Amino acid sequence: MSSILSTRDLQLWYGQTHVLKGIDIHIPEKNIIALIGPSGCGKSTFLKCFNRLNELEPQCKISGSVLFRGRDIYSRYDVNSLRKSIGMVFQKPNPFPMSIYDNIAYGPRVHGIRKKTELDEIVERSLKQAFLWNETKDRLKTNALGLSGGQQQRLCIARALAVSPEVLLMDEPTSALDPISTAKIESLVKELKSKFTVIMVTHNMQQAMRIADKTAFFLLGEMIEFNNTDVLFKTPFDKRTADYISGQFG
Amino acid sequence: MRFVDKERAFRVLLFLCAIVTVAFVGVIIIYLFVAGIPAIKEIGLRDFLFGTEWRPESQTPQFGILPFILTSVYGTVGAILLGVPLGVLCAVFIAKIAPRSIRSMLKTTVELLAGIPSVVFGLIGMTVLVPFVQRVFNLPSGANLFSSIIVLSVMILPSVVNVSENALRSVPKEYELGSLALGANRVETALRVSMPAAKSGIAASIVLGVGRSIGETMAVMMVSGNVANMPSLFKSVRYLTTAVSGEMSYSSGLHRKALFSIALVLLLFLLIINLSFKLLIRQDKK
Repeated sequence: MSSILSTRDLQLWYGQTHVLKGIDIHIPEKNIIALIGPSGCGKSTFLKCFNRLNELEPQCKISGSVLFRGRDIYSRYDVNSLRKSIGMVFQKPNPFPMSIYDNIAYGPRVHGIRKKTELDEIVERSLKQAFLWNETKDRLKTNALGLSGGQQQRLCIARALAVSPEVLLMDEPTSALDPISTAKIESLVKELKSKFTVIMVTHNMQQAMRIADKTAFFLLGEMIEFNNTDVLFKTPFDKRTADYISGQFG
Repeated sequence: MRFVDKERAFRVLLFLCAIVTVAFVGVIIIYLFVAGIPAIKEIGLRDFLFGTEWRPESQTPQFGILPFILTSVYGTVGAILLGVPLGVLCAVFIAKIAPRSIRSMLKTTVELLAGIPSVVFGLIGMTVLVPFVQRVFNLPSGANLFSSIIVLSVMILPSVVNVSENALRSVPKEYELGSLALGANRVETALRVSMPAAKSGIAASIVLGVGRSIGETMAVMMVSGNVANMPSLFKSVRYLTTAVSGEMSYSSGLHRKALFSIALVLLLFLLIINLSFKLLIRQDKK
Protein backbone atom coordinates (compact mmCIF):
# COMPACT_ATOMS: atom_id res chain seq x y z
CA MET A 1 0.00 0.00 0.00
CA SER A 2 1.40 3.40 -0.98
CA SER A 3 1.59 5.95 1.80
CA ILE A 4 1.00 9.58 0.96
CA LEU A 5 2.39 10.88 4.23
CA SER A 6 4.83 9.34 6.63
CA THR A 7 6.95 10.42 9.54
CA ARG A 8 10.22 9.04 10.76
CA ASP A 9 11.24 9.47 14.40
CA LEU A 10 9.38 12.78 14.58
CA GLN A 11 10.25 14.70 17.74
CA LEU A 12 8.90 18.08 18.71
CA TRP A 13 9.63 20.47 21.57
CA TYR A 14 7.91 23.67 22.63
CA GLY A 15 10.72 25.29 24.54
CA GLN A 16 11.65 22.74 27.21
CA THR A 17 8.49 20.68 26.82
CA HIS A 18 8.95 17.48 24.85
CA VAL A 19 5.61 17.22 23.07
CA LEU A 20 6.16 14.50 20.46
CA LYS A 21 8.53 11.70 21.30
CA GLY A 22 9.51 9.87 18.17
CA ILE A 23 6.47 9.21 16.00
CA ASP A 24 6.66 6.79 13.07
CA ILE A 25 3.55 6.53 10.95
CA HIS A 26 2.62 5.63 7.39
CA ILE A 27 -0.61 7.14 6.21
CA PRO A 28 -2.25 5.40 3.26
CA GLU A 29 -3.77 7.46 0.49
CA LYS A 30 -7.53 8.12 0.28
CA ASN A 31 -8.23 6.92 3.75
CA ILE A 32 -9.74 8.58 6.77
CA ILE A 33 -7.32 8.52 9.67
CA ALA A 34 -8.51 9.40 13.16
CA LEU A 35 -6.10 10.60 15.82
CA ILE A 36 -7.45 9.97 19.29
CA GLY A 37 -6.12 10.34 22.81
CA PRO A 38 -6.62 12.37 25.98
CA SER A 39 -6.14 16.16 25.99
CA GLY A 40 -2.52 17.19 25.87
CA CYS A 41 -1.33 13.93 24.31
CA GLY A 42 0.11 15.77 21.32
CA LYS A 43 -2.35 14.71 18.64
CA SER A 44 -3.20 18.27 17.52
CA THR A 45 0.45 19.21 17.54
CA PHE A 46 1.18 16.12 15.48
CA LEU A 47 -1.53 17.12 12.98
CA LYS A 48 0.00 20.55 12.51
CA CYS A 49 3.37 19.00 11.67
CA PHE A 50 1.94 18.00 8.31
CA ASN A 51 1.32 21.57 7.12
CA ARG A 52 4.08 23.14 9.20
CA LEU A 53 1.67 25.37 11.07
CA ASN A 54 3.67 24.56 14.19
CA GLU A 55 6.42 26.79 12.93
CA LEU A 56 4.35 29.82 13.90
CA GLU A 57 4.75 28.98 17.57
CA PRO A 58 7.83 30.58 18.98
CA GLN A 59 10.39 28.16 20.37
CA CYS A 60 9.07 25.20 18.42
CA LYS A 61 11.82 22.73 17.57
CA ILE A 62 11.40 19.69 15.35
CA SER A 63 13.65 16.77 14.51
CA GLY A 64 13.14 13.65 12.45
CA SER A 65 11.36 13.84 9.13
CA VAL A 66 7.94 14.17 7.59
CA LEU A 67 7.62 12.84 4.06
CA PHE A 68 4.89 13.92 1.68
CA ARG A 69 4.94 11.71 -1.40
CA GLY A 70 8.47 10.77 -0.49
CA ARG A 71 9.81 14.32 -0.13
CA ASP A 72 10.85 15.75 3.21
CA ILE A 73 8.60 18.75 3.79
CA TYR A 74 10.98 20.27 6.32
CA SER A 75 13.95 20.55 4.00
CA ARG A 76 13.86 22.77 0.96
CA TYR A 77 10.12 22.49 0.53
CA ASP A 78 8.09 25.61 -0.30
CA VAL A 79 5.75 25.95 2.65
CA ASN A 80 3.05 27.75 0.66
CA SER A 81 2.81 25.07 -1.97
CA LEU A 82 2.84 22.47 0.82
CA ARG A 83 -0.17 24.14 2.43
CA LYS A 84 -1.89 24.27 -0.93
CA SER A 85 -1.54 20.48 -1.18
CA ILE A 86 -2.34 19.82 2.46
CA GLY A 87 -5.37 21.82 3.56
CA MET A 88 -6.65 22.33 7.06
CA VAL A 89 -9.98 22.74 8.82
CA PHE A 90 -9.89 24.14 12.35
CA GLN A 91 -11.71 23.35 15.54
CA LYS A 92 -13.70 26.57 15.55
CA PRO A 93 -15.21 27.51 12.18
CA ASN A 94 -13.14 30.47 10.98
CA PRO A 95 -14.63 31.89 7.79
CA PHE A 96 -13.12 35.24 6.83
CA PRO A 97 -15.34 38.26 7.46
CA MET A 98 -16.23 38.57 3.79
CA SER A 99 -18.78 37.13 1.39
CA ILE A 100 -19.30 33.40 0.91
CA TYR A 101 -17.98 33.72 -2.62
CA ASP A 102 -14.85 35.59 -1.57
CA ASN A 103 -14.17 33.06 1.16
CA ILE A 104 -14.03 30.22 -1.35
CA ALA A 105 -12.25 32.26 -4.01
CA TYR A 106 -9.62 33.43 -1.52
CA GLY A 107 -7.30 30.46 -1.89
CA PRO A 108 -7.46 30.23 -5.68
CA ARG A 109 -6.89 33.99 -5.94
CA VAL A 110 -3.86 33.77 -3.70
CA HIS A 111 -2.51 31.07 -5.97
CA GLY A 112 -2.92 33.25 -9.01
CA ILE A 113 -6.32 32.49 -10.52
CA ARG A 114 -7.89 35.74 -11.71
CA LYS A 115 -10.43 34.79 -14.34
CA LYS A 116 -14.00 35.29 -13.19
CA THR A 117 -15.41 32.27 -15.02
CA GLU A 118 -12.75 30.01 -13.59
CA LEU A 119 -13.35 31.32 -10.08
CA ASP A 120 -17.11 30.89 -10.51
CA GLU A 121 -16.53 27.27 -11.45
CA ILE A 122 -14.26 26.62 -8.50
CA VAL A 123 -16.71 28.22 -6.08
CA GLU A 124 -19.58 26.13 -7.36
CA ARG A 125 -17.57 22.91 -7.42
CA SER A 126 -16.17 23.43 -3.92
CA LEU A 127 -19.52 24.31 -2.40
CA LYS A 128 -21.08 21.26 -4.04
CA GLN A 129 -18.29 19.05 -2.72
CA ALA A 130 -19.01 20.39 0.75
CA PHE A 131 -22.78 19.86 0.38
CA LEU A 132 -23.33 23.56 0.81
CA TRP A 133 -24.26 24.65 -2.69
CA ASN A 134 -28.02 24.35 -2.39
CA GLU A 135 -28.10 26.34 0.81
CA THR A 136 -25.88 29.14 -0.42
CA LYS A 137 -26.20 29.45 -4.19
CA ASP A 138 -28.68 32.33 -3.88
CA ARG A 139 -26.64 34.25 -1.31
CA LEU A 140 -23.05 33.91 -2.46
CA LYS A 141 -22.51 37.64 -2.06
CA THR A 142 -23.71 37.78 1.54
CA ASN A 143 -21.37 37.78 4.50
CA ALA A 144 -20.20 34.33 5.51
CA LEU A 145 -20.53 35.19 9.18
CA GLY A 146 -24.32 35.12 8.70
CA LEU A 147 -24.25 31.34 8.22
CA SER A 148 -24.98 28.91 11.05
CA GLY A 149 -22.07 27.26 12.85
CA GLY A 150 -22.43 24.01 10.92
CA GLN A 151 -22.71 25.84 7.61
CA GLN A 152 -19.66 27.90 8.49
CA GLN A 153 -17.66 24.75 9.13
CA ARG A 154 -18.74 23.26 5.79
CA LEU A 155 -17.80 26.58 4.20
CA CYS A 156 -14.34 26.20 5.72
CA ILE A 157 -14.15 22.72 4.24
CA ALA A 158 -15.22 24.09 0.87
CA ARG A 159 -12.63 26.84 1.20
CA ALA A 160 -9.94 24.25 1.83
CA LEU A 161 -11.11 22.15 -1.12
CA ALA A 162 -11.04 25.14 -3.46
CA VAL A 163 -7.27 24.99 -3.84
CA SER A 164 -7.48 21.28 -4.83
CA PRO A 165 -5.52 19.77 -1.98
CA GLU A 166 -4.60 16.10 -1.73
CA VAL A 167 -4.80 15.87 2.03
CA LEU A 168 -7.22 17.48 4.45
CA LEU A 169 -6.18 17.96 8.07
CA MET A 170 -9.08 18.37 10.46
CA ASP A 171 -8.56 19.47 14.04
CA GLU A 172 -11.68 18.37 15.95
CA PRO A 173 -13.89 19.87 13.25
CA THR A 174 -17.16 19.03 14.96
CA SER A 175 -16.38 19.80 18.59
CA ALA A 176 -18.05 23.21 18.36
CA LEU A 177 -21.14 21.92 16.52
CA ASP A 178 -24.53 20.46 17.39
CA PRO A 179 -25.30 16.75 16.66
CA ILE A 180 -27.13 17.40 13.38
CA SER A 181 -24.35 19.55 11.96
CA THR A 182 -21.87 16.96 13.21
CA ALA A 183 -23.67 14.19 11.34
CA LYS A 184 -23.60 16.28 8.16
CA ILE A 185 -19.88 16.87 8.46
CA GLU A 186 -19.25 13.19 9.12
CA SER A 187 -21.12 12.06 6.05
CA LEU A 188 -19.34 14.76 4.07
CA VAL A 189 -15.96 13.52 5.25
CA LYS A 190 -16.88 9.97 4.21
CA GLU A 191 -17.68 11.26 0.73
CA LEU A 192 -14.44 13.16 0.53
CA LYS A 193 -12.33 10.09 1.00
CA SER A 194 -12.87 9.00 -2.58
CA LYS A 195 -10.71 11.95 -3.65
CA PHE A 196 -8.77 13.06 -0.60
CA THR A 197 -6.84 11.71 2.32
CA VAL A 198 -8.34 12.95 5.57
CA ILE A 199 -6.48 13.08 8.88
CA MET A 200 -8.78 14.05 11.69
CA VAL A 201 -8.15 14.73 15.35
CA THR A 202 -11.17 13.84 17.40
CA HIS A 203 -12.10 13.70 21.05
CA ASN A 204 -15.05 11.57 20.21
CA MET A 205 -14.30 7.84 19.99
CA GLN A 206 -17.70 7.06 18.50
CA GLN A 207 -16.88 9.48 15.73
CA ALA A 208 -13.62 7.69 15.04
CA MET A 209 -15.45 4.36 14.95
CA ARG A 210 -18.13 5.71 12.63
CA ILE A 211 -15.93 7.21 9.95
CA ALA A 212 -12.26 6.35 10.25
CA ASP A 213 -10.54 3.58 8.28
CA LYS A 214 -7.57 3.69 10.56
CA THR A 215 -7.11 5.10 14.02
CA ALA A 216 -4.01 6.16 15.90
CA PHE A 217 -4.00 6.34 19.67
CA PHE A 218 -1.74 8.94 21.26
CA LEU A 219 -0.66 9.15 24.87
CA LEU A 220 1.81 11.59 26.45
CA GLY A 221 3.52 12.41 23.17
CA GLU A 222 3.82 8.86 21.94
CA MET A 223 1.82 6.99 19.37
CA ILE A 224 0.82 3.88 21.28
CA GLU A 225 -1.04 2.11 18.55
CA PHE A 226 -2.02 2.60 14.92
CA ASN A 227 -4.30 0.11 13.27
CA ASN A 228 -7.47 -0.44 11.31
CA THR A 229 -10.23 1.23 13.29
CA ASP A 230 -12.28 -1.92 13.94
CA VAL A 231 -9.21 -3.83 15.08
CA LEU A 232 -8.03 -1.03 17.33
CA PHE A 233 -11.37 -0.70 19.03
CA LYS A 234 -12.25 -4.40 19.22
CA THR A 235 -8.93 -6.01 19.97
CA PRO A 236 -6.45 -3.37 21.03
CA PHE A 237 -2.91 -4.58 21.12
CA ASP A 238 -1.70 -2.41 23.96
CA LYS A 239 -3.21 -2.37 27.44
CA ARG A 240 -3.14 1.45 27.58
CA THR A 241 -5.26 1.60 24.42
CA ALA A 242 -7.69 -0.86 25.91
CA ASP A 243 -7.92 1.17 29.11
CA TYR A 244 -8.49 4.40 27.19
CA ILE A 245 -11.17 3.14 24.84
CA SER A 246 -13.02 1.40 27.65
CA GLY A 247 -13.11 4.69 29.49
CA GLN A 248 -10.65 3.86 32.29
CA PHE A 249 -9.08 7.30 31.87
CA GLY A 250 -9.45 10.22 29.56
CA MET B 1 -15.26 62.06 61.01
CA ARG B 2 -17.21 58.88 60.59
CA PHE B 3 -16.27 56.54 57.80
CA VAL B 4 -19.58 56.96 56.02
CA ASP B 5 -19.27 60.75 56.08
CA LYS B 6 -15.77 60.48 54.70
CA GLU B 7 -16.94 58.33 51.84
CA ARG B 8 -19.75 60.75 51.08
CA ALA B 9 -17.33 63.65 51.07
CA PHE B 10 -15.08 61.85 48.63
CA ARG B 11 -17.94 61.05 46.37
CA VAL B 12 -18.90 64.71 46.25
CA LEU B 13 -15.31 65.63 45.50
CA LEU B 14 -15.08 63.16 42.61
CA PHE B 15 -18.41 64.37 41.29
CA LEU B 16 -17.16 67.96 41.37
CA CYS B 17 -14.02 67.01 39.43
CA ALA B 18 -16.14 65.41 36.75
CA ILE B 19 -18.47 68.39 36.63
CA VAL B 20 -15.62 70.90 36.32
CA THR B 21 -14.11 68.95 33.42
CA VAL B 22 -17.38 68.74 31.56
CA ALA B 23 -18.08 72.36 32.35
CA PHE B 24 -14.91 73.45 30.58
CA VAL B 25 -16.12 71.85 27.40
CA GLY B 26 -19.59 73.30 27.81
CA VAL B 27 -18.31 76.80 28.55
CA ILE B 28 -15.97 76.79 25.57
CA ILE B 29 -18.69 75.69 23.20
CA ILE B 30 -21.22 78.17 24.56
CA TYR B 31 -18.66 80.97 24.53
CA LEU B 32 -17.74 80.31 20.90
CA PHE B 33 -21.38 80.34 19.87
CA VAL B 34 -22.05 83.57 21.76
CA ALA B 35 -18.89 85.23 20.46
CA GLY B 36 -19.09 83.81 16.95
CA ILE B 37 -22.69 84.35 15.94
CA PRO B 38 -22.90 88.21 15.97
CA ALA B 39 -20.33 88.66 13.21
CA ILE B 40 -22.01 86.02 11.08
CA LYS B 41 -25.30 87.87 11.53
CA GLU B 42 -23.72 91.16 10.57
CA ILE B 43 -21.86 89.81 7.55
CA GLY B 44 -24.56 87.36 6.48
CA LEU B 45 -24.06 83.58 6.61
CA ARG B 46 -23.73 83.26 2.85
CA ASP B 47 -21.22 86.04 2.41
CA PHE B 48 -19.29 84.73 5.36
CA LEU B 49 -19.08 81.06 4.37
CA PHE B 50 -18.99 81.41 0.61
CA GLY B 51 -17.33 84.77 0.11
CA THR B 52 -14.01 84.39 -1.65
CA GLU B 53 -12.46 87.65 -0.49
CA TRP B 54 -10.97 88.22 2.94
CA ARG B 55 -10.07 91.91 3.26
CA PRO B 56 -10.94 92.92 6.79
CA GLU B 57 -8.85 96.09 6.84
CA SER B 58 -9.87 97.56 3.51
CA GLN B 59 -12.15 100.60 2.93
CA THR B 60 -14.94 98.22 1.93
CA PRO B 61 -14.11 95.25 4.14
CA GLN B 62 -14.84 91.77 2.89
CA PHE B 63 -15.25 88.83 5.24
CA GLY B 64 -15.46 85.76 3.04
CA ILE B 65 -13.79 82.74 4.61
CA LEU B 66 -14.19 80.30 1.73
CA PRO B 67 -10.43 80.49 1.02
CA PHE B 68 -9.73 79.33 4.59
CA ILE B 69 -12.36 76.61 4.55
CA LEU B 70 -11.13 75.23 1.25
CA THR B 71 -7.50 75.46 2.33
CA SER B 72 -8.26 73.50 5.49
CA VAL B 73 -10.21 70.93 3.49
CA TYR B 74 -7.62 70.59 0.72
CA GLY B 75 -4.76 70.53 3.19
CA THR B 76 -6.44 67.79 5.17
CA VAL B 77 -7.41 65.74 2.14
CA GLY B 78 -3.88 66.02 0.84
CA ALA B 79 -2.41 65.00 4.16
CA ILE B 80 -4.76 62.00 4.29
CA LEU B 81 -3.91 60.95 0.73
CA LEU B 82 -0.22 60.96 1.53
CA GLY B 83 -0.19 60.01 5.19
CA VAL B 84 -2.83 57.28 5.35
CA PRO B 85 -1.33 54.77 2.91
CA LEU B 86 2.09 55.30 4.46
CA GLY B 87 0.75 55.05 8.01
CA VAL B 88 -1.52 52.07 7.44
CA LEU B 89 1.14 50.05 5.66
CA CYS B 90 3.59 50.98 8.39
CA ALA B 91 1.02 49.67 10.90
CA VAL B 92 0.69 46.45 8.90
CA PHE B 93 4.42 46.02 9.05
CA ILE B 94 4.62 46.68 12.78
CA ALA B 95 1.62 44.54 13.68
CA LYS B 96 2.06 41.61 11.33
CA ILE B 97 5.41 41.37 9.64
CA ALA B 98 8.13 42.84 11.82
CA PRO B 99 10.09 40.43 13.99
CA ARG B 100 9.35 40.79 17.67
CA SER B 101 12.67 42.47 18.37
CA ILE B 102 12.14 45.29 15.88
CA ARG B 103 8.45 45.72 16.65
CA SER B 104 8.77 47.44 20.01
CA MET B 105 11.50 49.68 18.74
CA LEU B 106 9.33 50.81 15.83
CA LYS B 107 6.34 51.39 18.09
CA THR B 108 8.38 53.49 20.47
CA THR B 109 9.72 55.56 17.60
CA VAL B 110 6.26 56.24 16.23
CA GLU B 111 5.06 57.21 19.69
CA LEU B 112 8.02 59.56 19.92
CA LEU B 113 6.85 61.20 16.70
CA ALA B 114 3.52 61.91 18.42
CA GLY B 115 5.36 63.67 21.21
CA ILE B 116 7.25 66.12 19.00
CA PRO B 117 5.76 69.62 19.52
CA SER B 118 4.18 71.05 16.42
CA VAL B 119 6.44 74.09 16.49
CA VAL B 120 9.34 71.73 15.84
CA PHE B 121 7.60 70.36 12.76
CA GLY B 122 7.05 73.94 11.69
CA LEU B 123 10.66 74.87 12.30
CA ILE B 124 12.04 72.00 10.27
CA GLY B 125 9.43 72.58 7.59
CA MET B 126 10.42 76.22 7.41
CA THR B 127 14.16 75.72 7.29
CA VAL B 128 14.41 72.52 5.27
CA LEU B 129 11.21 71.75 3.39
CA VAL B 130 10.19 75.24 2.25
CA PRO B 131 13.54 76.10 0.59
CA PHE B 132 13.61 72.62 -0.90
CA VAL B 133 10.14 72.98 -2.44
CA GLN B 134 11.06 76.41 -3.72
CA ARG B 135 14.14 75.07 -5.45
CA VAL B 136 12.68 71.86 -6.84
CA PHE B 137 9.56 73.49 -8.31
CA ASN B 138 11.30 76.75 -9.12
CA LEU B 139 8.84 78.95 -7.24
CA PRO B 140 9.10 82.49 -5.86
CA SER B 141 8.29 81.03 -2.44
CA GLY B 142 8.18 77.51 -1.11
CA ALA B 143 5.74 78.40 1.65
CA ASN B 144 2.53 77.10 0.12
CA LEU B 145 -0.28 74.56 0.30
CA PHE B 146 2.02 71.80 -0.95
CA SER B 147 4.57 72.28 1.81
CA SER B 148 1.90 72.39 4.47
CA ILE B 149 0.37 69.16 3.13
CA ILE B 150 3.72 67.44 3.46
CA VAL B 151 4.13 68.63 7.04
CA LEU B 152 0.56 67.67 7.96
CA SER B 153 0.91 64.22 6.43
CA VAL B 154 3.87 63.56 8.71
CA MET B 155 2.04 64.95 11.70
CA ILE B 156 -0.97 62.65 11.28
CA LEU B 157 1.23 59.55 11.05
CA PRO B 158 1.32 58.73 14.77
CA SER B 159 -2.46 58.68 15.14
CA VAL B 160 -2.90 56.70 11.92
CA VAL B 161 -0.19 54.19 12.78
CA ASN B 162 -1.17 53.67 16.41
CA VAL B 163 -4.91 53.27 15.92
CA SER B 164 -4.49 51.10 12.80
CA GLU B 165 -1.91 48.97 14.52
CA ASN B 166 -4.21 48.36 17.46
CA ALA B 167 -7.04 47.43 15.11
CA LEU B 168 -4.80 45.06 13.18
CA ARG B 169 -3.53 43.41 16.31
CA SER B 170 -7.05 42.71 17.54
CA VAL B 171 -7.96 40.79 14.38
CA PRO B 172 -8.75 37.24 15.56
CA LYS B 173 -5.80 34.94 15.04
CA GLU B 174 -8.06 32.29 13.51
CA TYR B 175 -8.56 34.41 10.39
CA GLU B 176 -4.85 34.60 9.82
CA LEU B 177 -4.31 30.91 10.52
CA GLY B 178 -7.07 30.11 8.04
CA SER B 179 -5.32 32.15 5.40
CA LEU B 180 -1.87 30.72 6.09
CA ALA B 181 -3.28 27.19 6.03
CA LEU B 182 -4.50 27.87 2.48
CA GLY B 183 -0.97 28.57 1.38
CA ALA B 184 -1.07 32.36 1.51
CA ASN B 185 2.16 33.93 2.72
CA ARG B 186 2.29 36.37 5.59
CA VAL B 187 2.19 39.50 3.46
CA GLU B 188 -0.82 38.25 1.48
CA THR B 189 -2.49 37.29 4.74
CA ALA B 190 -1.87 40.71 6.25
CA LEU B 191 -3.09 42.63 3.21
CA ARG B 192 -6.02 40.47 2.15
CA VAL B 193 -7.38 39.16 5.44
CA SER B 194 -6.12 41.20 8.38
CA MET B 195 -6.51 44.60 6.76
CA PRO B 196 -10.10 44.09 5.56
CA ALA B 197 -10.97 42.60 8.94
CA ALA B 198 -9.62 45.69 10.67
CA LYS B 199 -11.24 48.13 8.30
CA SER B 200 -13.41 50.02 10.76
CA GLY B 201 -10.47 50.52 13.09
CA ILE B 202 -8.42 51.75 10.16
CA ALA B 203 -11.25 54.09 9.19
CA ALA B 204 -11.25 55.40 12.75
CA SER B 205 -7.54 56.09 12.47
CA ILE B 206 -8.20 58.13 9.34
CA VAL B 207 -10.86 60.18 11.09
CA LEU B 208 -8.46 60.81 13.94
CA GLY B 209 -5.88 61.96 11.40
CA VAL B 210 -8.45 64.32 9.86
CA GLY B 211 -9.10 65.79 13.28
CA ARG B 212 -5.43 66.27 13.96
CA SER B 213 -4.89 67.84 10.58
CA ILE B 214 -7.83 70.28 10.66
CA GLY B 215 -6.92 71.52 14.10
CA GLU B 216 -3.20 71.93 13.51
CA THR B 217 -2.10 75.55 13.73
CA MET B 218 1.49 76.29 14.55
CA ALA B 219 3.24 74.06 12.04
CA VAL B 220 1.08 75.05 9.07
CA MET B 221 1.42 78.69 9.98
CA MET B 222 5.16 78.39 9.55
CA VAL B 223 5.10 76.68 6.15
CA SER B 224 1.93 77.77 4.32
CA GLY B 225 2.76 81.39 3.55
CA ASN B 226 -0.28 82.93 5.25
CA VAL B 227 -1.92 84.69 2.34
CA ALA B 228 -5.70 84.59 2.03
CA ASN B 229 -5.63 83.15 -1.48
CA MET B 230 -8.15 80.75 -2.87
CA PRO B 231 -6.08 77.60 -2.49
CA SER B 232 -4.02 76.00 -5.20
CA LEU B 233 -1.15 73.65 -4.72
CA PHE B 234 1.76 76.07 -5.13
CA LYS B 235 0.15 79.25 -3.83
CA SER B 236 0.61 80.64 -0.39
CA VAL B 237 -2.51 79.93 1.62
CA ARG B 238 -4.09 80.54 4.99
CA TYR B 239 -5.88 77.89 7.05
CA LEU B 240 -8.91 78.39 9.32
CA THR B 241 -6.63 77.91 12.28
CA THR B 242 -3.91 80.25 11.13
CA ALA B 243 -6.40 82.95 10.20
CA VAL B 244 -7.51 83.06 13.82
CA SER B 245 -4.10 82.81 15.41
CA GLY B 246 -2.36 85.14 12.98
CA GLU B 247 -4.79 88.03 13.13
CA MET B 248 -6.10 87.94 16.67
CA SER B 249 -3.34 90.10 18.07
CA TYR B 250 -4.05 93.16 15.94
CA SER B 251 -7.71 92.85 14.98
CA SER B 252 -10.54 94.93 16.35
CA GLY B 253 -14.26 95.53 15.84
CA LEU B 254 -16.04 93.37 13.32
CA HIS B 255 -12.75 91.85 12.20
CA ARG B 256 -12.11 90.54 15.71
CA LYS B 257 -15.65 89.24 16.00
CA ALA B 258 -15.30 87.47 12.64
CA LEU B 259 -12.26 85.63 13.93
CA PHE B 260 -14.44 84.13 16.63
CA SER B 261 -16.86 83.08 13.92
CA ILE B 262 -14.01 81.31 12.15
CA ALA B 263 -13.15 79.52 15.37
CA LEU B 264 -16.80 78.49 15.62
CA VAL B 265 -16.70 77.03 12.10
CA LEU B 266 -13.54 75.15 13.05
CA LEU B 267 -15.18 73.83 16.19
CA LEU B 268 -18.18 72.58 14.23
CA PHE B 269 -15.87 70.77 11.81
CA LEU B 270 -14.10 69.05 14.68
CA LEU B 271 -17.32 68.15 16.48
CA ILE B 272 -18.55 66.40 13.35
CA ILE B 273 -15.24 64.57 13.00
CA ASN B 274 -15.18 63.45 16.62
CA LEU B 275 -18.75 62.26 16.35
CA SER B 276 -17.96 60.15 13.30
CA PHE B 277 -14.93 58.74 15.13
CA LYS B 278 -17.20 57.68 17.99
CA LEU B 279 -19.64 56.07 15.56
CA LEU B 280 -16.90 54.14 13.82
CA ILE B 281 -15.48 52.84 17.09
CA ARG B 282 -18.91 51.76 18.21
CA GLN B 283 -19.43 49.93 14.93
CA ASP B 284 -16.17 48.13 15.51
CA LYS B 285 -17.35 46.79 18.84
CA LYS B 286 -20.49 45.28 17.33
